[in-house]
Amino acid sequence: MAAVQEVVTEAPAIDAVPKRAMTLSAGTTLIMLALLLLVPLFVKNFIIFQLTMLLVYGLAVLALNILTGGSGQFSLGQSAFYAVGAYTSAILIENAGMNYALTLPVAGFVCFLFGFLFGLPALRLSGVYLALATFALATAMPQILKLGYFEAWTGGVQGLVVTKPDTPDIVQTVLAWFHLKMSQDMWFYYFALAVTIAIYILSVNLLRSRSGRAFMAIRDNEIAASAMGVDVALYKTLAFGVSAAITGIAGGLGAIAVQFVAPDGYTITLAISLFLGMVVGGVGWLPGSIVGSAFIIFVPNIAEGISKGLSGAVFGVILFIVIFLVPHGARQVAMVAQHLLGRLKKR
Amino acid sequence: MDLFVNQILAGIATGAIYGCMALALVMIYQAIDNLNFAQGEMAMFSTFVSWQLMQWGLPYWGAFVITLVLSFVGGVVIERALFKPLAKAPILTNVAGFIALFSILNSSAGLIWDFTIKEYPTPFGSAPFLGSQLISTHQAGMIGVTVLLLIALYVFFRFTRIGLAMRAAASVPESARLVGINTSWMIALGWGMAAAIGSIAGMLIAPVVFLEPNMMGGVLIYGFAAAVLGGLNSPFGAVIGGFLVGIFENLAGTYIPGVGNELKLPIALALIVTVLVVKPAGLFGRPIVKRV
Repeated sequence: MAAVQEVVTEAPAIDAVPKRAMTLSAGTTLIMLALLLLVPLFVKNFIIFQLTMLLVYGLAVLALNILTGGSGQFSLGQSAFYAVGAYTSAILIENAGMNYALTLPVAGFVCFLFGFLFGLPALRLSGVYLALATFALATAMPQILKLGYFEAWTGGVQGLVVTKPDTPDIVQTVLAWFHLKMSQDMWFYYFALAVTIAIYILSVNLLRSRSGRAFMAIRDNEIAASAMGVDVALYKTLAFGVSAAITGIAGGLGAIAVQFVAPDGYTITLAISLFLGMVVGGVGWLPGSIVGSAFIIFVPNIAEGISKGLSGAVFGVILFIVIFLVPHGARQVAMVAQHLLGRLKKR
Repeated sequence: MDLFVNQILAGIATGAIYGCMALALVMIYQAIDNLNFAQGEMAMFSTFVSWQLMQWGLPYWGAFVITLVLSFVGGVVIERALFKPLAKAPILTNVAGFIALFSILNSSAGLIWDFTIKEYPTPFGSAPFLGSQLISTHQAGMIGVTVLLLIALYVFFRFTRIGLAMRAAASVPESARLVGINTSWMIALGWGMAAAIGSIAGMLIAPVVFLEPNMMGGVLIYGFAAAVLGGLNSPFGAVIGGFLVGIFENLAGTYIPGVGNELKLPIALALIVTVLVVKPAGLFGRPIVKRV
């Protein structure tokens, strides 16, 4: 099949997302924020735990969004970064007795280095080839964690149990004045929410900055970007590093929320879920990350509820329906909604 | 030394299956510029269909031919019903579609035929091949079928009108449309052929890994690796890539200390990534030339 592989303009792997379209308007942001702040006050502890996981996966999807939607690099290896972050936090908490909040920056830093270094050989690869390389990383990670050499720290196949952080005394005393109490789950939810909001703001600003513009220039046309003086190698590896760092922090939060880390929790299935989350949320649209995260947490449960034996098939059918209706994910829904609102205002 | 030769031969035999799988992947890649993540599950489903036909009393080759035809039709139907509507959607959305298809096929097969492991017959027998202890007749048969398939594909694409039309539609769709080729149906044809080739791979490997809904997971990954290693636009490269991956896998499992079944896959993949870093378009692939 000798094919003339000459392409006039290569079709971009992802649709270019204008910078402003990557975020939400102020009003919607406030409504989202209010919901995230108030809902946990009225639900049971188990649902609070699920909401915490919603934030954790939301962060991980956001990280993939920066990498794929921002810089145009495709990764199936996010589960590996997530695992490294989770283990870093777990080991520091359990073996070094470090405060859980302090382990997160360490997890982020370790993952940044890991992602940056992994980005170096990945520089020469793109598209399917990069997908395969990151895929290799994802399949290797659980096996590496099981290796005997690291068993003293990682606990081998058994994994590690992480203690749940207590609500700090100062919060308890303040709340006691109003005769209120805060459960451990709720405290950790708000902690995770604070971390998520901070990272979200940083990410939005990153994409609006010079570096963000460099990412997007590379995504849209690598050759043109380098002609304009963008250091392609630096920014591509930097995108990997930033994405890995955020995924690592999500992993650390996830480990504390689940109170357990084990190699089999971080298989390729996780990486595929995160990928699906990104597609459903809308590639390159940061607020969509939380929608995508909700999809990958709740839809498998719904599918199981509809039919135990056929849960996989039901999940597949739901996924098909979603991508048939909105091929661009939640972003498309938001665009249509914004358009309709705009028409209403004009009247 | 005997062990070494034995491992290489066994590697070539399993490599033939990876090559088959890789061929199916390359067929679809040619048509739609994307790897089909559900290829392995499609092959698994076809294999189950052939098993069911044999349970109903058909002879092996009868079931084989009927399965080929059904798989071809199935592939075309999947493309028409599910992926043609997504043709205009972003590539990553298509990938999500493949994952959905994977999930549907895997789960349905599990419900219809359940998850217990089933024996699958081989038409070649499992006696030593030509009196040698190194390779069984089934393994020799697998290699033979793969090579035959490659030759048949070569002849099809090189000497038939429809093969030429498919090549044209794959490489320059706009011009192909101008000379009257129905490019949309060429894609469907590519899906059908890929499904049929995949079903051959499934039926050949089923006697080795046994029949169950998750049987193709590992095979598909090695098939990907083989296709990428050989170069995604070269069917010949796909088969050679398959043999190489099979050999790598076996040698790594035998000679590198501490590598059990668990680490075989990551090591094979790492090796492939290393090759790709040196030769980004794969061993036999044509580098894509971009005009700025």
